[in-house]
Amino acid sequence: MHLHHFRAAGVSVVLDCPPDALPAILHWGPDLGPLGEDALGHLAAELRPRPDQTADSPIRTALVPEARTGWAGTPGLSGHHEGENWSPAFTAVTYEQAGQSVTATATDPHARLGLTVTVELGPSGLLRARAELRNRHESPYTLDALNLVLPVPGHTADVLDQAGRWSKERIPQRRPLTVGTHLRENRRGRTGADAATVLFAATADLGFRRGEAWGLHVGFSGDHRHYAERTATGRTMLGGGELLLPGYIPMPHAHRHQRLEDFLRADAPVKGYWADMPAYLVSLLKAWWGPSAQPDNDFRFGYLPRLTGSHSHYDTVMAQLDGTCKGYLLLGENPAVGSANARMQRLGMAGLDWLVVRDFNLIESATWWRDGPEIETGELSTAEIGTEVFFFPAAAHTEKDGSFTNTNRLLQWHHKAVEPAGDRRSDLWFMYHLGRIIREKLAGSADPMDAPVLDLTWDYPTSGPLAEPDAQAVLAEINGRDAEGRPLSGYDRLRSDGSTACGCWIYCGVYADGVNQAARRKPGAEQDWIAAEWAWAWPANRRLLYNRASARPDGSPWSERKKLVWWDGSAWSGFDVPDFERGKAPDHRPPDGASGVEALSGIDPFIMQGDGKGWLFAPAGVLDGPLPAHYEPQDSPVTNALYGRQRSPARKLYPHVHNRYHPSGGEAGASVYPYVVTTYRLTEHFTAGGMSRSTPYLAELQPEMFCEVSPELAAERGLTHGGWATIITARNAIEARVMVTERMAPLRADGQVVHQIGLPFHFGPNGRARGDAANELSAISLDPSSHIQEVKALSADIRPGRRPRGPALPELVQHYRLRAGITERTGTEA
Amino acid sequence: MGRVGFFTDTSVCIGCKACEVACKEWNAVPEDVLGFTGMSYDNTGGLGASTWRHVAFVEQPRRLGHQESGLAEAAALAGRDRPDFRWLMASDVCKHCTEAACLDVCPTGSLFRTEFGTVVVQDDVCNGCGYCVPACPYGVIGKREGDGLAHKCTMCYDRLESGQEPACAKTCPTDSIQFGDLDELRERASRRVERLHEAGVGSARLYGHSPADGVGGTAAFFLLLDEPEVYGLPPDPVVTTRDLPSMWRHAAVAAAGLLAALTVLSWKGRS
Repeated sequence: MHLHHFRAAGVSVVLDCPPDALPAILHWGPDLGPLGEDALGHLAAELRPRPDQTADSPIRTALVPEARTGWAGTPGLSGHHEGENWSPAFTAVTYEQAGQSVTATATDPHARLGLTVTVELGPSGLLRARAELRNRHESPYTLDALNLVLPVPGHTADVLDQAGRWSKERIPQRRPLTVGTHLRENRRGRTGADAATVLFAATADLGFRRGEAWGLHVGFSGDHRHYAERTATGRTMLGGGELLLPGYIPMPHAHRHQRLEDFLRADAPVKGYWADMPAYLVSLLKAWWGPSAQPDNDFRFGYLPRLTGSHSHYDTVMAQLDGTCKGYLLLGENPAVGSANARMQRLGMAGLDWLVVRDFNLIESATWWRDGPEIETGELSTAEIGTEVFFFPAAAHTEKDGSFTNTNRLLQWHHKAVEPAGDRRSDLWFMYHLGRIIREKLAGSADPMDAPVLDLTWDYPTSGPLAEPDAQAVLAEINGRDAEGRPLSGYDRLRSDGSTACGCWIYCGVYADGVNQAARRKPGAEQDWIAAEWAWAWPANRRLLYNRASARPDGSPWSERKKLVWWDGSAWSGFDVPDFERGKAPDHRPPDGASGVEALSGIDPFIMQGDGKGWLFAPAGVLDGPLPAHYEPQDSPVTNALYGRQRSPARKLYPHVHNRYHPSGGEAGASVYPYVVTTYRLTEHFTAGGMSRSTPYLAELQPEMFCEVSPELAAERGLTHGGWATIITARNAIEARVMVTERMAPLRADGQVVHQIGLPFHFGPNGRARGDAANELSAISLDPSSHIQEVKALSADIRPGRRPRGPALPELVQHYRLRAGITERTGTEA
Repeated sequence: MGRVGFFTDTSVCIGCKACEVACKEWNAVPEDVLGFTGMSYDNTGGLGASTWRHVAFVEQPRRLGHQESGLAEAAALAGRDRPDFRWLMASDVCKHCTEAACLDVCPTGSLFRTEFGTVVVQDDVCNGCGYCVPACPYGVIGKREGDGLAHKCTMCYDRLESGQEPACAKTCPTDSIQFGDLDELRERASRRVERLHEAGVGSARLYGHSPADGVGGTAAFFLLLDEPEVYGLPPDPVVTTRDLPSMWRHAAVAAAGLLAALTVLSWKGRS
């Protein structure tokens, strides 16, 4: 249910707000009285438009009607990207309610248009609607019209507005409302006699004493249009908007003309270390564009590529499917196995013009076009796939210089032991020479589009028979240099005046004194337990972040045994590098009005936070804060026991024909997928298996895809230990060997026994250790803040035996979807 | 250096199998048979010519010390009566017996005892006769398909010679596999058993540490949490050549008797 019911001063408004379409008004008229959720649902079912004598779904008229819904009246939005995208499709919508007001933020992912529609019922019963359009496409958008449209009942018979001249400017004119459009336009730039002022649709009996009337006024000073429109099927609307002259507003890209100063003002906080962001950003621009970056050209801020929407992995896959993403580079990634909804990953790649894969082996993401699962099922055929696939063998870590950065933020340098054999090359080699070749091809170009590439600092020394770029030179650039070219010692040396260059501020200091600090290997026995001289940790070689918190407010360690840093009376010192201003005493309190780092007191250890405090209650930074709450996974066999709302309202969904969601809990059809699947890793394999499944010594230890089930589930479904099982979701079906184990216990949730199916996620059809990928089953559904895919808990069915081959496989999956009654709306409620 | 050995403390084994991989990497042992066994997370099966370290995974409906698996409680909530659960993991290896039957039966001298007290097979001397295979009371040594020769753990003889510990012990992230002077290891193991008993793990016991057992004690010994059979180890191993001397004595007596009888017969015949 995506319904809102607002009431004020005898007026009721019922709004239909689905996540995949713009909001529509179901009722705008007399007060309906208080309605419970059920009553509202029933009423809405009645109010939703009936089929207009067409065989397919009813035509829905949203506040901004779209032609794609079958609406053949005046469209809400008219415009184009140089002749393209003239028919918008706002398919991703999020809603925000505040009192008697709803704001819909909609995206057309293909045209990259953003539309915000706000509907509000005021205390006087006045309904107010506003719309704002934003262009995120790289092409300018020529806006011809943006109209907001309100439905009125079919029994309205007359149209009524005002006309006249001079002293009789507001004389009503009334005539029958017939099929067609009654249009009043004002082109004088001010609201004179030619303006409708208010356009009414009224019942035939409307008089001074009785009758019903619906009125519409465009709140704009001039150059606007009002219209009443009745379609051949009797659908009646009142609409209006600005009257835009041809070519009036070519909308530039949202960020294209943003200046460095505006960006910094918008993004840098006032307090804490992020307040030094101008120094970090200007130093980054100096590192990238060197002498070309000067104060008078905003340090080439304009050269930085701009975000035109979310460019995350899953949005990229969606863009591949709708044809807007043409090329894809996979450097050590195997999304055909490792990303949620593996099938959709491959279908996305099949929509590309070109694909580059750099890996040790011919991983699934490199061979799907010739032997992938969709070739077997007949959904794709090699001859018809237009994607040109390039495979570049990658050098292993023993074949190149470079660094590993682990999850403890420790950079550990490794040295090349042998030259890479055959065509194998390092990532650095690939990137450097690719850039070099592109720059050679562009050399001499006067096209401003090429200037950001030509002005790049791209001058790393190379050596050896393969012309391998010097990895330490890259590290030195990342570390940064001062105006004299000397390596910087730490990020506190960075300046916003262009005198310093630094490729990444958090790594500043890794090349302090011109020494590769990440290559330090002093044995643990020769230093204290912090081992500060083993490799280098970002930032500032600090091994534990926020280590001021290891000391009491007064500066003495909480624990003598575990102490890290302490106040020695005049400065902070300790085993670790203090993550605090060295000279800031515990009793220091900032003066009023202090900003930046100075605004932090001596007892504020969390120095990157604006207030220096650790947060349990997080009013900013997370979209599903301020406190954690429990929602069931997107696909779950049980009802949320804690809240009436089943799924997180802030989750990020990707409704798509290849990415259908399951009914959950008590929703009809949920019992078709009655079990919980959880995915996990095995010690023997690494992520999507590109490095481990082809290694004999690892492959033999975990050679095959399997599923783990409890003896109870095995009995319930007739699964035999060591045999085969087929696991099915709305996305795909896989087979796996069965491991019946007591380690899997039946659970009780929501008053019912819930069985689990455990699946390791590493396997795929290539390499030595093989099997179907668990990610064939998962859906793309992301957490709102960090956009992590929800693959740890989903619902599924399991049955004995191997999965069908060929076209019978998608048929089986489709059969399950039909049984569960899955539609494009299933599980997509806000 | 005196006699060295392995003390494998299975109570801290996490089943990572790094010992199996490190062993194969260092000794260039070939890939084994590839296949899903269904034996919990153990797809290696057991020791053999191409598996010199093997990690067993044993799932048992029983609690380990004070460890809470939570499985019994979860099952109880779901109305199922489940005993508790523990997952035992143990890395097995050649025992390098004090009285090594493989050594006794080897006709070529391919198997020999090193200066470290370990037992090593030299594949350039081995003729593939295979006598050692049934001689081993633990089923450790095997003949490899392909070269037809006997292979087993050398306790990384080449590493020992250059003062390095064996690859498996070097790589073990929890020190479940400990390498060192055998006497010192035995003392350390006894202390560990005591500590585990104090901590409530009454089932902890040592296996192969006693010079009084059927093989004279082993250089690779184990701390187990259950009966040896649970891990696939023989409960009372005996050196298979133990009775050889008495067999030879019996044979000599029989031969002497036979000779005497023949002598009597021939004397009688002459008369």
